[in-house]
Amino acid sequence: MTRLQKGLWAAVAVAALGAGALAVTGSRAPEGATTAASSVVAEFELTGHDGVVRTEEDFRGTWTLVFFGFTNCPDVCPTTLAEIAQVMDDLGPQADAVQPLFVSVDSDRDRPEELAEYVPMFHPSILGLAGTPEQIEATAASFKIFYERVPEDAAPDGYTMGHTSQVFLFDPDGGFVRLYGYGTPAPEITADLRARIDARE
Amino acid sequence: MNRFSHAALVLGLFAVAAPVLAGGDDVVVEDAWSRASIGTSRPGAAYMTLRNTGAGPVVVSGLRTDLAMRSMIHSTTTDAQGVTRMSHMEEVEIAAGEAVALAPGGLHVMLMELQRPMVEGESFTLSVIFADGTEASVEVPILGIAARGPSD
Repeated sequence: MTRLQKGLWAAVAVAALGAGALAVTGSRAPEGATTAASSVVAEFELTGHDGVVRTEEDFRGTWTLVFFGFTNCPDVCPTTLAEIAQVMDDLGPQADAVQPLFVSVDSDRDRPEELAEYVPMFHPSILGLAGTPEQIEATAASFKIFYERVPEDAAPDGYTMGHTSQVFLFDPDGGFVRLYGYGTPAPEITADLRARIDARE
Repeated sequence: MNRFSHAALVLGLFAVAAPVLAGGDDVVVEDAWSRASIGTSRPGAAYMTLRNTGAGPVVVSGLRTDLAMRSMIHSTTTDAQGVTRMSHMEEVEIAAGEAVALAPGGLHVMLMELQRPMVEGESFTLSVIFADGTEASVEVPILGIAARGPSD
């Protein structure tokens, strides 16, 4: 299977997931009750921008917000990083219960050092995660996300990246909860997180 | 010819030309902003609203700034599956009386090959070039790296 085909299958899976998430919201079914939603799992071994290797097990006990991007991304990634930074500020003391993770899909350019000079500038709580091409591919398969290299003459190194831009929420047990679509305003994410954190306390 | 008749001639030409094709003189640039960069190796972005106050359509055909070797308008699109991609817009048309917003997640000015870091608190001059050869210049403030809009 080519990378493009793999990507397309991942896109199909994300579409199915989106439909599942809608169904959950609409019927107020228990979180993670649909087959589609429960098929998303966070399984990864990646290196944090602090140089420490992390797996999903390291984040048990905390809500995690996971999103994908690359540091050469001028528009969407800084926008999402800025929204998440705002969410973390607005959560106040409850921010301690939430760990945002920015996973770079650009394994050629983004090593932990690149992420270290970029990600914390948005908010000190956000952890950047980098990996080898194989690690990123395995992570993408687990999250069922899509990413691709797009040739662009004017871009640094002659390429840019297309990628899934939603934000994934996982509960403290590591269970997939929901997606926030790209552009979901920070106050909306904050209110949703507050309600979920309160409900679990 | 005295100075007055020069002015009258210019006004006369303008009055004839204006209804046919609007240009940079008719475009008001509002709420321009950009985010600080880390160094110069990564592309930057700038946002603004271009309002065409003229009676005819205007076409944005290019950009120029000494901040970046290359600057162009890109469009970010997100498909039904939540996958986001960028593409270069050769031209952007603004209908008479309409405004086009360059905002996060949509159209944006892509600043490539930065000639200097974008430093919070500073600004840079961006010229918007129209198809008729006219230009509109705007001073773009550089906000913090985590800015979310022109008032941050």
